[in-house]
Amino acid sequence: MTAVLETPPTVVQSPSAARRARRQNRLAWIGRHSIAIALAVMFLTPVVYLVLISLMTSEQALTSDYWPNSWHPENYVRVFEVTPLPRYLLNTMLYALTATAFMLLSSVPAAYALAKLRFRGRNLLFLVIICVMMLPPQVVTVPLYLMWARNGLTGSLWPLVIPTLFGDAFAIFLLRQFLLTIPQEYLDAAKVDGCGEWRTLIRVVLPMARPGIAAAGLFQFFYCWNDYYGPLLYTSENEQAWTLSLGLASFHSVHHVDWNLVIAATVLTMAPIIVVFFFAQRAFVQGVTLTGVKG
Amino acid sequence: MSARPLAIRIRRHATTLSFLAPALIGIVVFFGYPLVSAVYFSFTKFDLLSTPQWVGLANYRRMADDPFLLQSVRNTLWMVAVFVPVRIVSAIGLAVLLTQLKRGAGFFRTIFFLPSLAPPVAATIAFVYLLKPGTGPVNTALAHLGIDGPLWFSSPEWAKPSLVLLGLWGIGDLMVIFLAGVLGVPTSLYEAAALDGANAWHRFRYVTLPTIRPVILFAAVTGVIYTLQYFDQAAVAGSIASGQATTGGGISQSFGFPEGSTFTYPLWLYTVGFRYHALGYANALAVALFAVAFAVTVILLRRAKAFSGEETS
Repeated sequence: MTAVLETPPTVVQSPSAARRARRQNRLAWIGRHSIAIALAVMFLTPVVYLVLISLMTSEQALTSDYWPNSWHPENYVRVFEVTPLPRYLLNTMLYALTATAFMLLSSVPAAYALAKLRFRGRNLLFLVIICVMMLPPQVVTVPLYLMWARNGLTGSLWPLVIPTLFGDAFAIFLLRQFLLTIPQEYLDAAKVDGCGEWRTLIRVVLPMARPGIAAAGLFQFFYCWNDYYGPLLYTSENEQAWTLSLGLASFHSVHHVDWNLVIAATVLTMAPIIVVFFFAQRAFVQGVTLTGVKG
Repeated sequence: MSARPLAIRIRRHATTLSFLAPALIGIVVFFGYPLVSAVYFSFTKFDLLSTPQWVGLANYRRMADDPFLLQSVRNTLWMVAVFVPVRIVSAIGLAVLLTQLKRGAGFFRTIFFLPSLAPPVAATIAFVYLLKPGTGPVNTALAHLGIDGPLWFSSPEWAKPSLVLLGLWGIGDLMVIFLAGVLGVPTSLYEAAALDGANAWHRFRYVTLPTIRPVILFAAVTGVIYTLQYFDQAAVAGSIASGQATTGGGISQSFGFPEGSTFTYPLWLYTVGFRYHALGYANALAVALFAVAFAVTVILLRRAKAFSGEETS
């Protein structure tokens, strides 16, 4: 990592000038870190504050107190008593996990073809895939809704899961950029050993592209976990199929005095995703940046 | 091509096709078909139950004098004009700051990145609560400083700026992308600039910014598209600030609260299509949205081409 603000090395420096430069550097260092710490506090404040509210009584949660008068961790238990949170959680897990698995099954081979196979129309196909990313979901909402309604699949999460079997533009794009970085020699060596394209992909490419695949998978997982528009569209009429994001939004209306419970439910929704990120952080950040950022 | 035996060529094509088949089917079924049928339905009168009736350009003419449409377009344009640039500038600022830290860059990166993982619904609930006008902690803190805090999500003037604040909290994903861009700037360029006596601002302005232009283009295109589709946060903020259910029948009553100030184009599209079941008109709105997104994207890509290489290499 280079520090852009470091004073440039000059050819000759008198001792006092060197001292001055060092002092300036130290001041700049303190200034930068102060800004970073101030920003970090601002970013963290909402999170910390939410956790504090979730531990208050519902009366105190209505005030603007910062600190709980008495601690009520049992709020988290009560959330489970007043809403079918486990079912929402199960639906969300099923949706996110199946969609991620399906997406990888369909997108990795396509990305490999775009990155490493030569065929006519490859660039055109790549452009079309970029175009798919540009298409707002609202544009395809009505025809797709009708298609699923005709097949009797509305009121469930299937309309959100099935399409992932057929590739995801964003993931294909990300994976393609990643697979481009794998040296051709490895693939050629596999060919010499008598591997076909599929075997090369499974034996050679998959192990090497693990960070990229993890990143694409996590993006999909986070997207599904947070998706509100999709479940709202397809499962509104059937509460059995609701996900956490829907449950959370309606939860507020049903129990809208109990802010402490609302917030506890919110914290519960965010917790799993932070755990997932914690364990997948390195692969994920490497995947996003395509270069591997050294923190 | 070469004089290779036909059988081998066919086999190679079959292999390539086996890799691409799912994606090709996906493009046709989930992109081509919906786009074509959306265009078709936009010329019809259709309510999901009866058969569509051809009405020609009636739906598009109806747009001309639709007060709700005008309001939603205004709100969405405001979001595009303010939210997109603010988001990009802030993300670049955070990314540059991170590259300047010698200690704890990883720690700060995680802190800035994590909020972008918060579910939009949860984040929106949190912000509406934190910014509650009467008793909310933010306004209480401001009052301690002798500042009379705004009404935030409950006032037409402040509701959209509140949404921008909410969006800035979740800026981490964009920040990480810019971080990659800034770290990818060759050190030699900075050294050359330093020898020319450039100060820190010059180096940022004449070395960093031009180098990451493709990334800025990417952020502008995806930012505009994202803002044109802005739905979740606006829907939830309006309903919670007005104290109503977000799902079920009451959805359209709370949309846009207060006084229609958060009523974005996708909210109107959703209301027309899935509350009024006026699907012909909803499709005309959808086609118009796609046309605008496509035009803006093409303009941005064209302008970028004039400067430098494309984002996609």
